[in-house]
Amino acid sequence: MSGDDDHGFASTLAILLGGLVFGFGLGLSGMAKPEIVLDFLQFRDFGLLFVMGGAAVVSGVTFFVATNFLNHAPLTGRRYTRRLKTFDKNVPIGGVIFGVGWGLSGICPGAAYASVGLGNVAILWAILGMFLGAYAQGFVRSSRTDESDAVTATSSD
Amino acid sequence: MDITTLPLVALADLFPRGIAQYALGGLLIGLGVAVIYLSTGIIAGASTFLESTLSYVSTVPRFNRVKYLASRNWRVVFTLGIVGGAAIYALALGEFGWTTNVQWWRLLGGGFLVGVGTRVGKGCTSGHGVCGVGSLSQTSLVNVGTFMVVAIGTAQVVAAMGVAP
Repeated sequence: MSGDDDHGFASTLAILLGGLVFGFGLGLSGMAKPEIVLDFLQFRDFGLLFVMGGAAVVSGVTFFVATNFLNHAPLTGRRYTRRLKTFDKNVPIGGVIFGVGWGLSGICPGAAYASVGLGNVAILWAILGMFLGAYAQGFVRSSRTDESDAVTATSSD
Repeated sequence: MDITTLPLVALADLFPRGIAQYALGGLLIGLGVAVIYLSTGIIAGASTFLESTLSYVSTVPRFNRVKYLASRNWRVVFTLGIVGGAAIYALALGEFGWTTNVQWWRLLGGGFLVGVGTRVGKGCTSGHGVCGVGSLSQTSLVNVGTFMVVAIGTAQVVAAMGVAP
């Protein structure tokens, strides 16, 4: 392994372990099944509220305790921070596009990877679609940045 | 009918599969985030994997920014963990081999829009929905509120048009 965010074998193991628990939870909660997500969106089963609520409560308590009472992560020395992305018009625009896609397919990124773990071969269509969508967005965004850079020489993002 | 049973009947209608596996699954999803965060300080979202993985095979500048090159290895590990964790669940509870009946064009088209939307909107159901909401980020709350309302509307329209599953 190489890269600035790699901090050795212990970090890799911790991330793998976290991923395993995360994926097990996605399987158990039913999020890995598009049918269950679509049942929620069609008001036939409100169980998903407990999935997102339960997950957000655990992460919320964890973030609160770590940012207020702890300093550095033991395996990396990173400071504990909250996830605070800047707001701009892309946030609701992206939300609308994501919402149409989620409502059409019943699939989001983490749940799609977990669905592979169920042996759900059909989900590869969704994963192919997600990579194509991310590639299309990145390609268009890069092209635009090149144009604006040529004119204004400002940095992107 | 005994009047005291009415709320229970209504509750059963809202949760035809019960709530236990939903709540427990949600707690485990949060616990997975917590394990990674407490040990490494990394806030794990699932969707950046798309861009960071594309950096292995694409020369498009957008995918080769430092933050993606730096994080792409652990994101592969995280994603393999997600696949493995779901596989352990499926093998342990005898569901392995379950396959969705949702039609391929819904998965492909919906996946495409999810891929675009999550990159434009800076996150997905785990990044914004779990980590961002857990951080009480107003940006994430706006994003989640938006995609939730739009997804409900979309699913209702698709169902009303007679598309199933």
